[in-house]
Amino acid sequence: MSTPTLLPDGEPRAGGLRHGRPKYLEIRDLSVSFDGFLAVDKVNLDVVQGDLRFLIGPNGAGKTTVIDAITGLVPATGSVNHTGTEILGRKVHRIARLGVGRTFQTASVFENLSVLQNLDIAAGSGRGPLQMLRRRKTVDPAVEEALEIIGMEGVAGKKAGILAHGQKQWLEIGMLLVQNSDVLLLDEPIAGMSQDERAETGELLRRIAASRITLVIEHDMDFVREFATSVTVLAAGKVLSEGSVAQVQADKKVQDVYLGSSGAEADDA
Amino acid sequence: MKGLLQGRLGTAAGFAAAAVLLLVVAPAVLSAFNLGLLGKFLCFAIVAVGIGLAWGRGGMLTLGQGVFFGLGAYIMAMHMKLADASLFGGSGVPDFMSLYGSGQVPGWWEPFRSPAVTLLAVVLVPGLVALILGLAVFKRRVKGAYFAILSQALAAAFAVFLIGQQATTGGSNGLSGFRSFFGFDLQDPDNKVMLYMIAAAVLLLSVALARQLMHSRLGELLVAVRDQEERVRFLGYDPASIKTAIYVVAAVLAGIAGALFVPLVGIISPADVGVIPSIAFIIGVAIGGRATLLGPVLGAVGAAAAQSALSSTFPSFWVYFQGLLFVLVIGFMPGGLASLASMVGKRRRNRTARPLPSVPTPAAASASAPLTEGEASMPEEARR
Amino acid sequence: MELLIGQMFAGLSLGSVLLLAALGLSLTFGQMGVINMAHGEFMMAGAYTAFVVQQAISDAGVSLLVSIPLGFLVGGVLGLVLEVLLLRRMYHRPLDTLLVTFGVALILQQAARDIFGAPSVDVRAPAWLQGNIEMLGAPIPLTRLFILALSLVCLAGLVLLLKATPLGRRIRAVVLNRDLAETSGVSTRRSDQLTFFIGSGLAGVAGVAVTLIGSTSPYLGTNYIVDAFLVVVAGGIGQIKGAVIAAFALGVLQSAFEYSTTASIGKVLILIVIVVFLQLRPQGIFSLKTRSLA
Repeated sequence: MSTPTLLPDGEPRAGGLRHGRPKYLEIRDLSVSFDGFLAVDKVNLDVVQGDLRFLIGPNGAGKTTVIDAITGLVPATGSVNHTGTEILGRKVHRIARLGVGRTFQTASVFENLSVLQNLDIAAGSGRGPLQMLRRRKTVDPAVEEALEIIGMEGVAGKKAGILAHGQKQWLEIGMLLVQNSDVLLLDEPIAGMSQDERAETGELLRRIAASRITLVIEHDMDFVREFATSVTVLAAGKVLSEGSVAQVQADKKVQDVYLGSSGAEADDA
Repeated sequence: MKGLLQGRLGTAAGFAAAAVLLLVVAPAVLSAFNLGLLGKFLCFAIVAVGIGLAWGRGGMLTLGQGVFFGLGAYIMAMHMKLADASLFGGSGVPDFMSLYGSGQVPGWWEPFRSPAVTLLAVVLVPGLVALILGLAVFKRRVKGAYFAILSQALAAAFAVFLIGQQATTGGSNGLSGFRSFFGFDLQDPDNKVMLYMIAAAVLLLSVALARQLMHSRLGELLVAVRDQEERVRFLGYDPASIKTAIYVVAAVLAGIAGALFVPLVGIISPADVGVIPSIAFIIGVAIGGRATLLGPVLGAVGAAAAQSALSSTFPSFWVYFQGLLFVLVIGFMPGGLASLASMVGKRRRNRTARPLPSVPTPAAASASAPLTEGEASMPEEARR
Repeated sequence: MELLIGQMFAGLSLGSVLLLAALGLSLTFGQMGVINMAHGEFMMAGAYTAFVVQQAISDAGVSLLVSIPLGFLVGGVLGLVLEVLLLRRMYHRPLDTLLVTFGVALILQQAARDIFGAPSVDVRAPAWLQGNIEMLGAPIPLTRLFILALSLVCLAGLVLLLKATPLGRRIRAVVLNRDLAETSGVSTRRSDQLTFFIGSGLAGVAGVAVTLIGSTSPYLGTNYIVDAFLVVVAGGIGQIKGAVIAAFALGVLQSAFEYSTTASIGKVLILIVIVVFLQLRPQGIFSLKTRSLA
């Protein structure tokens, strides 16, 4: 079949794709203020297609707020450029249609709908009115592939509400895949998962990131070390450091504000 | 058995049975008076189908359906008044206008002399009002309780407005005393049966429409919007458009029901369109099961039948009963009678230990029993 | 000039009635999320309380002064019973509370019809509230002035209660974060009950007040409930200062509309104003800012 696959072969690498014209997300002077409190303070951030970027930082650093600002959930100033298109200031659903997808800290799936319906909805924002008024007779090839990738063919007809926590997170990733976004923003995707599930999710993230612009918020440093190709450290709303995991961990500033006592551990990384 | 009930064939058979019951059996066994009553209940059922979509599936508690019902009804009533005046009076001026007003037909009545304009307006005016209101409200993310209260205020204002316009809308008396319906004599029993038939056919059509909408992708999306409106935005949809579309459908159904109500019942007044009747539309839907297809229809007919049986003989008792219904059904059985039916069904299924279901195929996942009709049951309302 | 003053005062007076009716709601709806459609019937109960008290105490002045606290008690107890029997199990279903309490409203209305009869009854205003005083040439009815003062007293009492007492702190804590308050040892049950008692009691007081400017019938509640809710919606949920501004703004606007058009068109215009206003500020005049997704 000539249908494009959701997961072409490849590995993510720092700096992203080296061939062709990679897509990119270019964030300039992004600021978010809540009643005078600067939650995000002039953040500059570049993520290129093919890079698996992790966004780390202590609690309250403004990580989630950055994603909220990019996706239009909170008003922000500055600029967010997606491969030539300014997306800041647009409505949430418009930004999503421009190929920016996200997940949430607490998995938010449609609990009264089946896994299949969840994926079908995620795949369908481009459908015309006539298609919307018709019944869902066949399964979209992309949905089928996503079901396979997230390993949920067996529970496709089950209501999403009865899924285990980890499964809901996976369903969210599946929804992100079929949504056909080229910018993926994942907010703590492995929270509450078992060790095995984490490893599987990490592998999946690497496959996903090989062909997309991927930004993942994560607290678990072991996970970051294992799967990140590059890391940005945020503290008190500002970018503190950026580079490979090793570079960032060697950064004195990062050790001071974030890693603290684990600075020694960073040496052997 | 289950397969038969769930299949497309089962649906068609159920639909045919309902059609025979409503269009053949009922006219044959019911007296002319009772058939007229049933016709009136069917009008309420048409409104209920729309409320089931908007509220049960879409989570929009619309307490102002009386407005759309009233718009359809008054448009039809104005046409019938004008037609009567030309047919019987000769002057072309409805009787009450000479009584209370200047004896002149106001300009905004004139378009409704035309039967074609009237029929179009019955659909378009409620639809357009709902479209404007829906866009104004939903685009600005006014929802939940805010929407419910605004829609209720709309019903209140509409009734007050009608009462204030004695000379042009008949005030609190409303419009009544119709003699003809598009040239048909309303005294003729055959024509009364015909009116009933139209109402029954419209109800069947609106149920079919609601079924299609519920099972369409739009219907699935609607449930998603009901449960997690904000999440839907991040998938690239504008929830406001989806909600507005369904709100318009509900409004149009209410408008058509109102237009059928007038010739069947012979009167429309502010008492049929205000806050109280608007909420009364809701109770039938709640009793039957708000999120199901047939629950609202059966609930509306049942509630209306109970009202007409009890309210004249025991007026005081009826109000207590109605109040208790609200308290008991909404407070203790929010899924309505349909949830009772599905509970019984579940128990029975558990008893006849079925073999483990194989991996559900998409086709099986989208099919469902005609009564409970749906994978999307009760909403888990978020706090505000 | 007299006309303007008179018109202004009519608006303020209407606003004060709206405020009295809406104050309790801004507690039960605004702070607790319960949409209590029986709030109007609690007003009606307060009004009939004033009527009954006057049957027992013939001195209109004394009966009014007795009726106000008694009306508060009657409304409050009704609210408490409603909370304990029904609403406590429904805090996670706010829209459904609307329909359940509508059922309660129907029952209370019919009870009033059965007890007091459908025709309306009148409560005499005390002699010291009859007549007008002149204000810049415009005659101001004393009863209206009294209601204005009463609404301000109730407002002050409520604000003081919320801001300066331990009970008020508990109520506010529960509003801001129910789960956290509960784990911090705040009894949400007691605080819910007290909130509801006070909110409903204020409806009772409002009911006593409106007997001064109109007659009392089983339908009294339905006349006020929609407007009272609109005040809370326009003011912003959980915002008492918003409700105050909204009540007086709507009062002034409505009496201006009614003066320049008719009562019925005025009603429609008010609704349009509110819808347009919600276009500009969908969360009302004041809103709570939170970070949550919903």
